[in-house]
Amino acid sequence: MSPAAPLAGLVDHLFRHEAGRLAAALVRVLGPANLDLAEDVVQETLCHALDVWKMGRVPDNPAAWLRAAARNRALDLLRRQRTRTRLLPEVSRLQDELAPAVDAAFTEDALREEQLRMMFACCDPRLQSPVQVALVLKLLCGFGVGEVAQAFLASPAAIEKRLARGKAALRRARVLADLADPRLARRLEAVLGALYLLFNEGYHGAHPELAVRADLCAEAIRLARLLTENAATAQPRTFALLALMCLHAARLPGRLDARGALVPLEEQDRSAWDRALAAEGAQWLSRAVSEPPTALLLEAAIAAEHCFAPTFAETDWKAIVALYDALYAQTPTPVVALNRAIALAQVQGPERGLAELRGLPGRDRLARYPFYPAALGELHLRAGHAREAAEEFRRAVRLARSPAERSYFQRKLAAAT
Amino acid sequence: MADFLYVFRGGGYQQLSPEQMQKHMQAWGNWIGELSKRGQYKGGDPLEAGGKQVKGKKKTVVDGPFAEAKDLVGGYLLVTADNLDDAAELARGCPILEVDGAVEVRPIRKM
Repeated sequence: MSPAAPLAGLVDHLFRHEAGRLAAALVRVLGPANLDLAEDVVQETLCHALDVWKMGRVPDNPAAWLRAAARNRALDLLRRQRTRTRLLPEVSRLQDELAPAVDAAFTEDALREEQLRMMFACCDPRLQSPVQVALVLKLLCGFGVGEVAQAFLASPAAIEKRLARGKAALRRARVLADLADPRLARRLEAVLGALYLLFNEGYHGAHPELAVRADLCAEAIRLARLLTENAATAQPRTFALLALMCLHAARLPGRLDARGALVPLEEQDRSAWDRALAAEGAQWLSRAVSEPPTALLLEAAIAAEHCFAPTFAETDWKAIVALYDALYAQTPTPVVALNRAIALAQVQGPERGLAELRGLPGRDRLARYPFYPAALGELHLRAGHAREAAEEFRRAVRLARSPAERSYFQRKLAAAT
Repeated sequence: MADFLYVFRGGGYQQLSPEQMQKHMQAWGNWIGELSKRGQYKGGDPLEAGGKQVKGKKKTVVDGPFAEAKDLVGGYLLVTADNLDDAAELARGCPILEVDGAVEVRPIRKM
């Protein structure tokens, strides 16, 4: 025993991420019907590691240690099961075949593949998207029920219910489908949708803590990167989503101030943006090009324009308007039209933008969307109509959906009065 | 300065999430690291859950201990401190207290 206890230093989120990998491998070994058992094995493995490591004995390769421990537990379970069900002389021979089969689920390649199969299983289109995302967070990201609840600002009981519904669906499958299964090709859309939802919960969500939100964004990016590593899922639309998420997340530092209030784009400290993540986003964007361009690709291209503009004033607003035109042709939603009008105002002045906003197609559907009056307020302010601006900002304050939004609109209101 | 034995009992993390477990482990690392930095850490180890007991004049060997989880000894630590009060104060920083465990602080008798 050495008198100087080594300081336990683990990679950030190692337990959480390994929990996801182990759960995927164990579901392959034990079958989806035994999902609960697989989760129990994960929990026991991590508890065991904590027992052994906590007083300073962290192994050189903690992930390998966890995988070996989980593998041994799984093998034990299977052997006991065999002995119970078939007491035949050849049992010992059969048992020898078990070990290689279990080992095969824990190789680096298999872990990657199994996580993807799990991701596709979680995103079963028969499940509602909040159920899909909760399953992804629980099973693939190793979140506890409390943490999933926190992420969605929901009660743990509500999340338990959501998870129970999702897990019941998973358990019904005898095996998780193979990624090569052509029926799964269509499901990639659902998987990308769930990851985008997860990301947006972090990026636009109502959670007051930046750390929680950044975590959700990072998890969505991690899982999307995993999709790029498999031939079946490494497709332009996957690259487009990953590009979009990287280009947004790169600007997360600087988007909120120390009190958690939204900082307007023109006031953000661009030197705080994550340049490495922005560069990664640009790289995925270059691989995402498709004909015709998908909505995700266009959104990513817009994010790239903002991300690489040296200042707010030097932003290529003309290019952004053109991208919004293309996006609107694809997805004619009032929110896209709203953002296009804001960009147009940068090119042709606030009066033009106001005219555009007043005649916005589908504006009745924006009745509860606080950024619609906020945009009107902003353009009124720029056009010198202080009274109208204040009126619109007051409306935005009333419609704010989170404290961060509320304080943002209140600041705008103060500037207008 | 005197030597003390910390005996850790109970404490479970079944209810913790993986992230909370990792934070808990980091807390142990920080606590022992702090003791170590101040030269008060003299060693210690976790104990396996099972074992054997040898009892009585008949020297019977039985499996065990099978104490209740909250009483089960999970590990020990040797530290030096000014006195018993000081040793108890240091033990208050032990992360096991956050997970319903207990630290028994015992002065080691000097010959």
